[in-house]
Amino acid sequence: MGVQTWTFIIVGLTFALYIGIAIWARAGSTKEFYVAGGGVPPIANGMATAADWMSAASFISMAGIISFIGYDGSVYLMGWTGGYVLLALLLAPYLRKFGKFTVPDFIGDRYYSNIARTVAVACAIIVSFTYVAGQMRGVGVVFSRFLEVDINIGVFIGMCIVFFYAVLGGMKGITYTQVAQYCVLIFAYMVPAIFISLAMTGNVIPQLGFGGTVTDGTFLLDKIDQLHTELGFAEYTSGTKSMIDVFAITFALMVGTAGLPHVIVRFFTVPKVRDARKSAGWALIFIAILYTTAPAIAVFARTNMINTISNKEYTEMPSWVTNWEKTGLLKWEDKNGDGVVQYYNDKNEAYVSSVAAQNGWKGNELTTIDKDIMVLANPEIANLPAWVIALVAAGGLAAALSTAAGLLLVISTAISRDLIKMQLKPDISEKGELLSARIGAVFAVLVAGYFGINPPDFVAATVALAFGLAAASFFPAIILGVFDKRMNREGAVAGMLVGILLMLFYMMKYKLQMFGGGTAEDWWFGISPEGFGTVAMIVNLVVSLVVSRMTAPPPKEVQDIVESIRIPRGAGAAHDH
Amino acid sequence: MSNKDLKQYWKTNLFYLAILLAVWFVVSYCCGIFFVEALNNIRLGGFKLGFWFAQQGSIYVFVILIFVYVWLMNRLDQKYDVDEK
Repeated sequence: MGVQTWTFIIVGLTFALYIGIAIWARAGSTKEFYVAGGGVPPIANGMATAADWMSAASFISMAGIISFIGYDGSVYLMGWTGGYVLLALLLAPYLRKFGKFTVPDFIGDRYYSNIARTVAVACAIIVSFTYVAGQMRGVGVVFSRFLEVDINIGVFIGMCIVFFYAVLGGMKGITYTQVAQYCVLIFAYMVPAIFISLAMTGNVIPQLGFGGTVTDGTFLLDKIDQLHTELGFAEYTSGTKSMIDVFAITFALMVGTAGLPHVIVRFFTVPKVRDARKSAGWALIFIAILYTTAPAIAVFARTNMINTISNKEYTEMPSWVTNWEKTGLLKWEDKNGDGVVQYYNDKNEAYVSSVAAQNGWKGNELTTIDKDIMVLANPEIANLPAWVIALVAAGGLAAALSTAAGLLLVISTAISRDLIKMQLKPDISEKGELLSARIGAVFAVLVAGYFGINPPDFVAATVALAFGLAAASFFPAIILGVFDKRMNREGAVAGMLVGILLMLFYMMKYKLQMFGGGTAEDWWFGISPEGFGTVAMIVNLVVSLVVSRMTAPPPKEVQDIVESIRIPRGAGAAHDH
Repeated sequence: MSNKDLKQYWKTNLFYLAILLAVWFVVSYCCGIFFVEALNNIRLGGFKLGFWFAQQGSIYVFVILIFVYVWLMNRLDQKYDVDEK
């Protein structure tokens, strides 16, 4: 059977499974729709959180990015896992004890203010839409590459599937579907990784093969450093980014992770405070399995790639090279007309004037090499059977769909609960609220699909913005809400507004070249826009603390709420007002 | 639960947080970023130690930290009789 037949079979089976689960777990009440009835066991919730968190970017792109930037890729590995420590220790147990449904709920009640609630709703919607557009695009890309259908039809099929289980099942349907999706995606990620590790280093466990030896007896990491140096690149195991920027990006990603509404809402779905703590731990274990494998895949793929193509006759290239050339994601141009592929760092002037000049090389001939190839072509590079390739397609779809569904739920909840129920029409019936949540989900799916088919140019720029925004807005407001009893409405609102506006300003200035623009040399303190969330978050903290100390303390009832969320006892199921 | 007990419970919680977050900071920022070059002179099998912390070690420690926290807090909740029944 060919790759395409296998892909149709495996993708079809997994989709049937997701729909089956959605029918079994459909939501009957708003509580089931918003927080799955608050009855999800911690391990299942951990898996669902992991699937929710790991998007098409984690599954398809991350290992590829790391394989091109080596040590500098650590910012993603540490940044996207370290945030769970903050989440488990500083947020999850207290928000669970607080016992409401959404992040704007917490902000609005803790800061006794509808202005604070509205600011939080706006942030939640902006962050989630930014993210979801990228996910729908990811669904379309996987469909078009593996099933050879038009990318728009791919997005449309993805919309129908998400529509079905998000609208019908709400959080309950999404949670149990995500458990299944986690199993599919981790299996699809690990199978090729294990095969390749075994083939290259003789070690079954990729995390150990990463530090193992290759056939000639040298350590894999020494080998790649040597290959990099020979081709004029910086050593793989040392970076090129400045230390302060690596620090700022890592910190912004950690804090941003802990402030993302679709991640936080996960901890409202477990029965008890102690389950919320434990659930964050399980989520991180399930995430760590993929995140510790990714850097290993990155090195395997990078070494394989250089060994296969560098200074080899073009006519002797393996079939995967020509296959990917057809998609336009890999391009070779014979600049010096010798029929041999020269891949090297033509930005390194010392290297170009010495080695390259001596050999008569006229520039890097691998003009395009898309980072996504590293994961998607992995099974082909390792000569794995067709069903493994099909499995990778199903895994990529599972990663993209599970994240999209989680985000759509945040958007529909923000509309039906935080806007309609809490502000516009407080006397809405349970049935009416459930209906408006479903209509909200329909609306969100349509908008996400639109962005998937017509992706705005600034998507790449705004994904970093989503983390920066979450870091600069939600994180300090929630932390201070729990740990600083004296924090009041004025302080929190001032801090959130200053944090968001500063972040927006910096992103627009250096990413979109507005307000006079600027280059890397003009960055404040040498910090890139990706890392600026760290600065904006610190400014938010300082503004909040200063303003709160100059204005009246919060009312007695609010201080009592803070006392009560600090101890676990008395946490019933998530309740309504 | 009396006010004094509540204060004591919260103080112990903050103490645990300070220790655990200090470890969190050391494994990721100190070992993986600030002192990565110094640590890279030490080898751990095929890995340079600083690089290993940045791409593997810090993640393993993060997982351990959360479960240590869960264990400490469950014990503390019982001691002060504020655990969930």
